[in-house]
Amino acid sequence: MIKSLDPRVTRDQIELNNQIAPLQELDQWETYEVFHQKKRGDQHMHVGIVHAPNPEMALLFGKEQYGRRGITANIWVVKTANVFASEYEDQDIFETVPEKQYREAGGYKVMEKINKYKKEKKA
Amino acid sequence: MYGNAYIDPNEKPKSIIDGEDPIKLAEFEARIARGEKIEPKDWMPREYRKQLIRMIEQHAHSEIIGALPEGTWITRAPGFKRKLALMAKVQDEVGHAQLLYSAAETLGKSREAMINDLITGKSKYSNVFNYPAFTWADACIIAWLIDAGAIINQVANAKGSYGPYCRALDRICTEESFHLKYGHDNVVTLATGTATQRKMVQEALNRWWPPIMHFFGPSDKISNHTEILMRWKVKMATNDDMRQQFLNMYVPKIWDLGLTVPDTLLKKNDETNKWEYTEPDWDEFKRVINGDGPCNAERLAVRRNAEERGRWVREALNTSQSKYIVPLA
Ligand SMILES: [Fe+2]
Ligand SMILES: [Fe+2]
Repeated sequence: MIKSLDPRVTRDQIELNNQIAPLQELDQWETYEVFHQKKRGDQHMHVGIVHAPNPEMALLFGKEQYGRRGITANIWVVKTANVFASEYEDQDIFETVPEKQYREAGGYKVMEKINKYKKEKKA
Repeated sequence: MYGNAYIDPNEKPKSIIDGEDPIKLAEFEARIARGEKIEPKDWMPREYRKQLIRMIEQHAHSEIIGALPEGTWITRAPGFKRKLALMAKVQDEVGHAQLLYSAAETLGKSREAMINDLITGKSKYSNVFNYPAFTWADACIIAWLIDAGAIINQVANAKGSYGPYCRALDRICTEESFHLKYGHDNVVTLATGTATQRKMVQEALNRWWPPIMHFFGPSDKISNHTEILMRWKVKMATNDDMRQQFLNMYVPKIWDLGLTVPDTLLKKNDETNKWEYTEPDWDEFKRVINGDGPCNAERLAVRRNAEERGRWVREALNTSQSKYIVPLA
């Protein structure tokens, strides 16, 4: 038995050579992505993951891991396997071009037209 | 809590970019040079992935093992308020381990594989946790000065290039500020207390000074390897730079309390603006990191015991049919 300053070591009578079987795949379960909402009315934001065996435990671990400081109104958990993500490689699909100004507020210059109209009318 | 990533000095110096696609490598380096982050599914050099896994994994192990010497003092912390605070700190450290294991997982190593490598002694963790916390004052010195060292390291690494690691570190750094204040408050209480309390905290500081000087690791060999890791923003500062930063910030605060540092050569050279000190005993550092410290065997035995005792609970809950998927971010 270990001679230790740690009372837990003595209580459990831990042996120094306590070999154990290695952890198997999925011993730590699968992962859930956690989304955190600070206040009612805010967006939920992705904050990280937890390992959990089911959604209820994922919520519990999510609360401990991401909600134990500051303020929290609500959290969501989603199995990582259920999230479908775009590829960074395809990031160019989000690029816009000058011809798409018709989608932007800045693409409409009404004041120019109005001023031109007023000037011509006076003349 | 953590020291700098431990790179084995005996590792063969080889070209770490051998065989990499030069076009992809150039794009990768340009992205980092622009200050953009690398995300899990991006192309990355093998050595980048390997060093990051090793570094983040060591960091995670350091958090989980670091919780052990401090956890020892929860039941004996003086007063209810300090017990609560220490419990919160220890919980944070275990939470840090979870955040860091998650970041390492995105690079392709499962949490099970990392824990297996920890409990068999294959992976390293910060050397300081192989020393015992003899008294309550030791726990206070750890919370103040070891966490202070960890913060210097973590703030630097949070500006690194790998997205998931940076995001984990941002969360961690926020919590560390509580640890630092809590630790400082406890040390101040002892240092401004009775003669017995002052003696107790001075003795703890004397015990912890050598491990603190070891904390950031030996001077880096200026090698091609180090240079590339710094260009890739895997390594953010040299070990000596971080040690200087620590001394600059904390030695004056120690002296402020009328405590002494057990190193007669320690002083700031006003010309070079650098701290001078007795070179730490790097043979001891190597001996301890390779397994032969006062607490290495105990720490791993305690960790194995925890894994084994929790195993039936994890198995009983493991009813899911789904497959493991690498987390997204
Ligand atoms: Fe920590
Ligand atoms: Fe900490």
